[in-house]
Amino acid sequence: MNTIADPTPSTATGAQAPAPLAARPVPRRTGFARDTAAVFVRESRPLVRDPFSVLFSLVQPLVFLGLFGPLLVGAAGGDVAGTLQWFVPGILVMVALFGTASTGANLLFEMQTGSHERTLVAPLSRNALLVGRALKEVVPLMVQGTIVVLVAVPFGFSVNVPGLLLGLVVLAVFGIGFGALSYTLALGCRNRDWMFWMVHQTLLFPLMILSGMLLPLEDGPEWMRVAAAVNPLSYLVGAERALLAGDFGAPAVLGGAIAAVVTCAIGLVVGVRAMRRAR
Amino acid sequence: MTKHTQAGTGQMITARGSTKTFRSKGQTVEAVRAVDLSVAAGELVAFLGPNGAGKSTTLRMLTTLLPATSGEATVAGCDIRRDPAGVRRRIGYVGQGSSGGHTQRVRDELHAQGAFYGLGRRETRARAAELLDSLELGPFANRSVQSLSGGQKRRLDIALGLIHRPELLFLDEPSTGLDPHSRANLWEHIVELRRTTGTTIFLTTHYLDEADQLAERVMVMDHGRVIADDTAGALKESLAGDRITLGFAGRADASAAAARLGGELDPADPTRLVLTAADGERALPRHLRELAAAGLDVVTATHRPPTLDDVFLALTGRSLREESAGAGAAETPEPAAA
Repeated sequence: MNTIADPTPSTATGAQAPAPLAARPVPRRTGFARDTAAVFVRESRPLVRDPFSVLFSLVQPLVFLGLFGPLLVGAAGGDVAGTLQWFVPGILVMVALFGTASTGANLLFEMQTGSHERTLVAPLSRNALLVGRALKEVVPLMVQGTIVVLVAVPFGFSVNVPGLLLGLVVLAVFGIGFGALSYTLALGCRNRDWMFWMVHQTLLFPLMILSGMLLPLEDGPEWMRVAAAVNPLSYLVGAERALLAGDFGAPAVLGGAIAAVVTCAIGLVVGVRAMRRAR
Repeated sequence: MTKHTQAGTGQMITARGSTKTFRSKGQTVEAVRAVDLSVAAGELVAFLGPNGAGKSTTLRMLTTLLPATSGEATVAGCDIRRDPAGVRRRIGYVGQGSSGGHTQRVRDELHAQGAFYGLGRRETRARAAELLDSLELGPFANRSVQSLSGGQKRRLDIALGLIHRPELLFLDEPSTGLDPHSRANLWEHIVELRRTTGTTIFLTTHYLDEADQLAERVMVMDHGRVIADDTAGALKESLAGDRITLGFAGRADASAAAARLGGELDPADPTRLVLTAADGERALPRHLRELAAAGLDVVTATHRPPTLDDVFLALTGRSLREESAGAGAAETPEPAAA
């Protein structure tokens, strides 16, 4: 068998007489940026190794696009292209919402198996453990968002490319924050999977419906419009609609950007605090 | 040869009065009670005790995973309270669970681990290749962690714990749940690691034979306290003698034999009498002759040298073997559940 480290000739046998210690370098200190990069790379690797996992989480948004979209066209009585122009930006927000909301489940699983514990005992900054994971959300989000748009184009959806890029940036900022909140939920639930999924399911559909991404809320009752006004997702949907249409100056763009930044800030602050308390 | 790190000459672990209390369902649970321990550089120490004795909690305090409620401890030259980051850089830790991310590839996890410990890219790759080879994981390097067998996963856990060549390695129940072959294989690797590198190893186990055969020193823990700390041989010698077990047709015979020879009836089977004797081989025929003269029929007779289980039994009045069998019924919660 080969030696495991620092081969030192030894006459010792068995466990009774250890070989003399060779000098061992102590790993050097690393900073937040380097630690975050290390965590980000680890989290992203499975995506690179198995890109189909990125496509898998596209099933739901594409189902909405393909099965809900035609109904919307029929109900509104408008043309397909016009309806898509209104509907596709909402689907992009849906991708960001559903993709990042369940990411905490990965952490939950790693907390249960023991690989999270391994990262806690490594000399990594706790902040980096959370931020590196949250930043990883950006990668699948960009790919998925682009695919949704490309799928819609043959049906008459017209894209303003700079608008799309800016729209993806806004979604990325939101996704980092929402992913961080999902990790926070996982850290809070520990070994209670059911609690994670219960909160997840309870929040996600109301957030989705009260954002106006599927159906306009203008005709809804007053209380729904009030709920939408405090839902950051409705600002995000408004911003995406303006950006993908190339309307960079619309007030909705600023509103969406602020909603994304606020979600991101809250998610990271809450997430980092939870990770610092993690055992 | 004399080029030591600071830990090469002195103590690798010292703890004084280490205590951990949890609040669980409105009650205060003392998981670890004022534990003192010291481990010298290069030692292989086994921490033995039933489930819930406080072994893992002690380990998690020493590895900075859990803050101690009170007490002082220095690990690999760093104070666990004042310099937890220093401790983390110097130690390797293999927890009870599986350390590799299930969707990750084996080699990728080793590379990630190298980055976590601040190793350069080239150094990480070289070290990962070395560990894959020495722990016989080479053929699985490109497989996902979830596709590995229990024994392979455990070897990966150890490889992950060794990526930065720590001077001190903590292993929390490294062989629990493995089949006998994988256990033996894992132990070969641990012994080989120590032989070639002199790494200090501190491990918990509830396998008596493991602690007995492989560790130079055994610390026995029960109800949050260290109740014995010596070599396995010395602990067994302290019991002064072999165990002789005599079986009888009924309880009355066994009691009558006890009245003559002393000893105690086996609580699990009161038709059996258990005796200790300095020299079991000679004592057994003597006892048989005496009982035959008294007209008592001995149905079965065995003698064996004392085991660590006898040590545990003598110290606590309970058998560790039975305690471990009833794993779920731990009286003190481990931190994972608290």
